[in-house]
Amino acid sequence: MSEFIQLLLSGLSSGSIYALAAVGFTLLWQASQTINFAQGEFVMIPAFFVLALSVKLGFPVWLAMPLAIILSVLILGALFKRLIVEPMHKHGTIPLVIATIALGILLKEMVKEFYSPLGQPFPSLFPQDVFSIGGAAISIPDIANFTIAMGTIVALQLFLSRTRTGRSMQATAQNPDVAEILGVDIKRMVMYTFLINGALAAIASILITPVYLAKFSNGEVLGLVAFIAAIVGGFNQIRGALVGGLLLGVVDNFSAAYFSSEYRQALPMILLIVIILVRPQGLLGTSEGRTV
Amino acid sequence: MTDTVLSVRGISKSFGGIQAVRDVSFDVQKGEVLGLIGPNGSGKSTLFNCVLGQLRPDSGQVTINDHKVANMRASHLNKLGVGRTFQQLSVFPQMSVLDNIILAGQEHKGSMASRLFGPSDAGLTRAADQMIAFFRLEHLRDEMAGSLSYGQQKLVDAAMAFMAGPSLVLLDEPAGGVNLTMLGSLKDRLETYNREHGTTFVVIEHNMEFVMSLCTRIIVLAEGEIIAEGAPEEIRANQQVIDAYLGG
Amino acid sequence: MTRKHVHIAFAVIALALLIFVPLGQKNYILYVLTSWLMFSIAAMGLNLTLGYAGQISLAQASFMGIGAYVTALITLAGYHWVFGWLAAMGLTFVIGLLLGYPALRVQHHFLAFVTLAFNTIVFLVLRNEDWLTGGNHGLVGMPRPDFFGISTGRNLQFYYFVLVLFVISAGVFFWIVNSPWGRAFKALRENPVRAESLGVDTRRITLLAFAIGSAFGGGAGAIMSPLVQFIEPGSFALIHSLKILLMVVVGGAGFFYGPMLGAAVVILLPEVLRFTDGYYLMIYAALVIVLMVYSPSGLIGIGQKLMQQIRPRQEVRKDMAKGAQL
Repeated sequence: MSEFIQLLLSGLSSGSIYALAAVGFTLLWQASQTINFAQGEFVMIPAFFVLALSVKLGFPVWLAMPLAIILSVLILGALFKRLIVEPMHKHGTIPLVIATIALGILLKEMVKEFYSPLGQPFPSLFPQDVFSIGGAAISIPDIANFTIAMGTIVALQLFLSRTRTGRSMQATAQNPDVAEILGVDIKRMVMYTFLINGALAAIASILITPVYLAKFSNGEVLGLVAFIAAIVGGFNQIRGALVGGLLLGVVDNFSAAYFSSEYRQALPMILLIVIILVRPQGLLGTSEGRTV
Repeated sequence: MTDTVLSVRGISKSFGGIQAVRDVSFDVQKGEVLGLIGPNGSGKSTLFNCVLGQLRPDSGQVTINDHKVANMRASHLNKLGVGRTFQQLSVFPQMSVLDNIILAGQEHKGSMASRLFGPSDAGLTRAADQMIAFFRLEHLRDEMAGSLSYGQQKLVDAAMAFMAGPSLVLLDEPAGGVNLTMLGSLKDRLETYNREHGTTFVVIEHNMEFVMSLCTRIIVLAEGEIIAEGAPEEIRANQQVIDAYLGG
Repeated sequence: MTRKHVHIAFAVIALALLIFVPLGQKNYILYVLTSWLMFSIAAMGLNLTLGYAGQISLAQASFMGIGAYVTALITLAGYHWVFGWLAAMGLTFVIGLLLGYPALRVQHHFLAFVTLAFNTIVFLVLRNEDWLTGGNHGLVGMPRPDFFGISTGRNLQFYYFVLVLFVISAGVFFWIVNSPWGRAFKALRENPVRAESLGVDTRRITLLAFAIGSAFGGGAGAIMSPLVQFIEPGSFALIHSLKILLMVVVGGAGFFYGPMLGAAVVILLPEVLRFTDGYYLMIYAALVIVLMVYSPSGLIGIGQKLMQQIRPRQEVRKDMAKGAQL
């Protein structure tokens, strides 16, 4: 039982970080029909911003992290939209998909060549202490990661539903034509979405990288997991991405412990295919997303 | 004009709490040109989609050529002799006009396998060329459909709907966005086709002038119900219809 | 008719080059040329799925993998390569059908991820099922086939053997895309809703586009076994599927010669960019992004644009037609 709780908690912890990436993924899709195949690399990169700032340039870590978030917002948000998404939108979805695939390779190779092909230790924000409740060992980083990730998502949800800007963003995502008639500056709202995605990726990056090491190939798994979480949860909702992320985190953790470790990587994929067959609109999705 | 091509019986459909269509029934006979009009939100589109089998009505039944169409795939409906056009532009932009029109006929010839292993043409090019000539699109035959003007694309769309020799054609706002000159030739072609082949048309349209001059009979919907039915001149004079439009 | 003649002349010249250029070349060049032909076949299949039918598949390398392993197992068991080839194509065709089925249930661009997941699963199976696939060590020593007493053991002979397969594949591809099926594939890409309303069974056509494209991948894999004579899971990982995708897109998706040109670029560019050392992939990725911005229809698209600037005849005629009509 105590092992179960332990696995559940650490699963929820990594799951909440997956959810951050998945939410960003979903937001981009809603706002601009961008399927970002480089999302995994977007989560991999900010950790290297932190490392470059702190290790190479000598900034203290407490300053490097917020700076890395700002850099991510600018580069992975604004620059990504301006240089890649915007000029390609008129060509339809497929060229953009290809371009984001290429972007993923580009980012990965750049880190490998210009920083290091080896895994780099990454500073953790929290003490690595473990305390025990009823025999279950609970680690402080797990609890902290979960709290920060969930807090971010809740804050985002509040922003989207309670503020004027947030509601305009939602209107833009749901029906850009109507939003424009209502006087919403839809271009700006779409830009905000990209900025938010940059920030979410950076937060996810800072939280998840201490768990592994900072490595150029980290994005490969993260991107796939983010997408699967989004589909499993129901692509058009933040809540869906959240539930999908948590579920994947927990499933992954349990499968590592109780299931063949050789096929651990395959489990999310199998979950994805099963969900698509049984409930293509996702766990929380509505069936409107389907075509034909 | 005795055989019924389309029969709509007691169709009702609601979305959430809103009753979009309430107990609508009508028949369309062979060779008729029926106009379906009504103010925005009158339930025309819902009714149209029920007829096309795209929406499942809460109650009632639609039969086309004695086949029930509930939950039928569009390709199947098409094979039963139902052609349609779309409100928005619906050609295949990166294919030539000729290929667009051949495509509209090819699925009605032979089996799936014969379309790969059999003769690749089987008279389709000739039939398509006749259709192209009928719509006077000869000079555009080998152009990419996407490079045509709006009105020309509407003509290609109509040509595609006729290519398989349907017994019933559903026209979804054929006149929308088409300029006056083009509108004249579109109307002329539709009328000629109807006269020559006896094909039945059901037309949804906002452009009153167009509907009144093209249709032989008109049904007016308001708030999901039929409020008037009759020849164009009767409809024009009907006070209820005038009220519905002014009120809506 | 003249356009048709130009096409035939081009094909004849290209074929003559393919026959005579390899004569007297070193083994390494022959190997590169052979693997270009092989990847062209795989890319051709993906071109059908992506370029003609508009369905994104990121699993082409896994189909090559399935084809390669099936052929390896069959030839290592002592049967002739032809059986391996047929089994590879047949099996990948069936798997393509099965994989296409969930694809029908989601919006079509999400399908990309289903295929991506599939590629990962295939990779894991190849790596983990030692008893069948040899695990990480892979399979070695697949024989090169004999045909009517003629061996394909030497590299030049093997090149011609693959060239024959390439010509057959290209012929089949040409035949399919110019049949009514090919028209239905394009219609599916351009406007699936309209296609369905004109009697095209879009479900069946989607599945077929997938299955046929996959079978080309399987066929290419059947060549890989005797070509490299050593296969391991790493050769069929996701990155290789992306590589084949890039071949199609860079060359020009939806054009007959697109994948062949793309495969040449993807295979030769590392040689050309060898001096850039590790930066090759980076430069390549950046070029793809730029290409997508300026010419999403690939290099052939650029070529066409240039041709149109030289010969603006068509544009003028279209304007006149519009003027006369409206």
